[in-house]
Amino acid sequence: MDRIKYNKYRQFKEFAIRNMMLVLTIISLTFAVIIGISLYYKSVPILDQQSLWSLLSGRSWKPLKGEFGFFPFIMGTLWVTLIAIIISLPLCLLSGIYLSEFAHPYIKKMVYPMIDVLAGIPPVVYGVWGILAVVPFISDKLAPHFVEYSTGYSVLAGGIVLAIMIIPLMISVFIEIFGALPGGLREASLSLGATQWQTVKKVVVRKSFSGLAAAVVLAISRAFGETIAVLMVCGNVAEVPKSVFDPAYPLPALIANNYGEMMSVPMYDAALMLSALLLFVIILAFNAISRLVLIRIERNFAL
Amino acid sequence: MIAATLAIVVSLFLIFVAVVRRGLPAMSWDMVSKIPGGGFYIGKEGGLLNAIVGSLYIVIGSITLGLCFSLPIVLYINLYLPEKSRLAQFTRLSFDVLFGIPSIVYGAFGFTIMVYLGLRSSLLAGILTVTMLIIPILIRSIDEVVRRVPKEMKDAALSLGATRSEIIKVILRQVAPGIITAVLLAVGRGIGDAASVLFTAGYTDGIPTSLSQPLATLPLAIFFQLSSPIAEVQDRAYAAALILTFIVLILSLAGRYYSRKYSKNKI
Repeated sequence: MDRIKYNKYRQFKEFAIRNMMLVLTIISLTFAVIIGISLYYKSVPILDQQSLWSLLSGRSWKPLKGEFGFFPFIMGTLWVTLIAIIISLPLCLLSGIYLSEFAHPYIKKMVYPMIDVLAGIPPVVYGVWGILAVVPFISDKLAPHFVEYSTGYSVLAGGIVLAIMIIPLMISVFIEIFGALPGGLREASLSLGATQWQTVKKVVVRKSFSGLAAAVVLAISRAFGETIAVLMVCGNVAEVPKSVFDPAYPLPALIANNYGEMMSVPMYDAALMLSALLLFVIILAFNAISRLVLIRIERNFAL
Repeated sequence: MIAATLAIVVSLFLIFVAVVRRGLPAMSWDMVSKIPGGGFYIGKEGGLLNAIVGSLYIVIGSITLGLCFSLPIVLYINLYLPEKSRLAQFTRLSFDVLFGIPSIVYGAFGFTIMVYLGLRSSLLAGILTVTMLIIPILIRSIDEVVRRVPKEMKDAALSLGATRSEIIKVILRQVAPGIITAVLLAVGRGIGDAASVLFTAGYTDGIPTSLSQPLATLPLAIFFQLSSPIAEVQDRAYAAALILTFIVLILSLAGRYYSRKYSKNKI
């Protein structure tokens, strides 16, 4: 009799734990939706007042007069991201190929932990490095060759710091993609008399092209949202940058810099929340697309 | 190609050299054992104790809270759902995507929730925001180790008459080192992130004594004190950067050590 009771208790426990965990999982899935809705809800006041398009293309940012043009910030974000990708993509592609195709296991063992450390360094420390090293380098050494005067706090500084920040992400996804490629493909190419470099160029890179593209999109979305490091070295002037030595003001920096005063100016908080919503939606879409591509690759190659 | 790899490695060293060269002269015992004296923009005396303790509070709180959410979710999608279940795959995808959401968005979201609930910027709000930030990391990395638990292990426990919820004990014992690695990873991210706590934790010179008080964290200490015109205050920021870098370095090494130890005990 006691035994039956005990088993009933165990069954009940099983039932309770199972459903509690299911509920938690379901709740966690609605998380992204909740973030989206609450940010949208907060930005409705400004969307009621002006159309989304006029906000996005507006060039003047004067919160006190009620003018909220996001165009300079969007351009700032795009410029900084573009430079970061231009710098980091070739580096990552070359060293990714080297590490996965050519390097001795010993070298891999040395370099992988370093990439891990690079990934773990907090954004603020990157920012400190930017202020200590990159900004003076640009203002003293680089800029005088090209423009009359630059403080160093510029699009270029942001791009360089950001490039180093997204390298670990990009390179580790690259290596994963190259690693997922079936070895038979390489051997087939090599056995036909192709050199190793030809194999890499014509087989490895071409075959994994969609994955590489997905990794770049992932890196771009990381660069879009990076806040503190970029904020510290970019100069933060709300104008469309004309050259890489001009200061810029990316969207995340805008949010981070103005949260303090946003409650005191009408519509200010709605404008900032709208920019958070924009970031959220863009990055969500980019991430979802590239993750889906990566999952498909994993499934196709893991035969 | 070797040059590209070298360039990446060298840039890592450049970062270290820059941070250490500026931060080391600023380090002293007072720096880690005293709270700043008089106003954080102008006070010249004192150290970083408020930020160090604040960071610890935030990380401990959010890791505890984060594990409470992430462990059940990971165990559910691995134990109860069939291998190719849509729900499991969708959950994994959604946390992969949430992992990519920048911390400033979490910060802004945390801020709206805070305003909605009528909270001030405080330790509690900071912990909640950082928890949201680290849950995807915890879930992703714990899921990776739980997925690798051999199926035979579950089958053996089930055939002895255990219910599924009783298998959890077996699995947790098997993946404990993996969980530690995941926690270290999450600590690294949580301790270093400034954008999420910028809105929600506030900034103060004191050490919080209750959940509703604002607090300072190391990244915030760097961010705010760096812009000060006073050299001593700037020194504090660079010292904080040095401390933070070393914490992260140690965490990364410890994580490696544990995951290697784990892979030794593979069945």
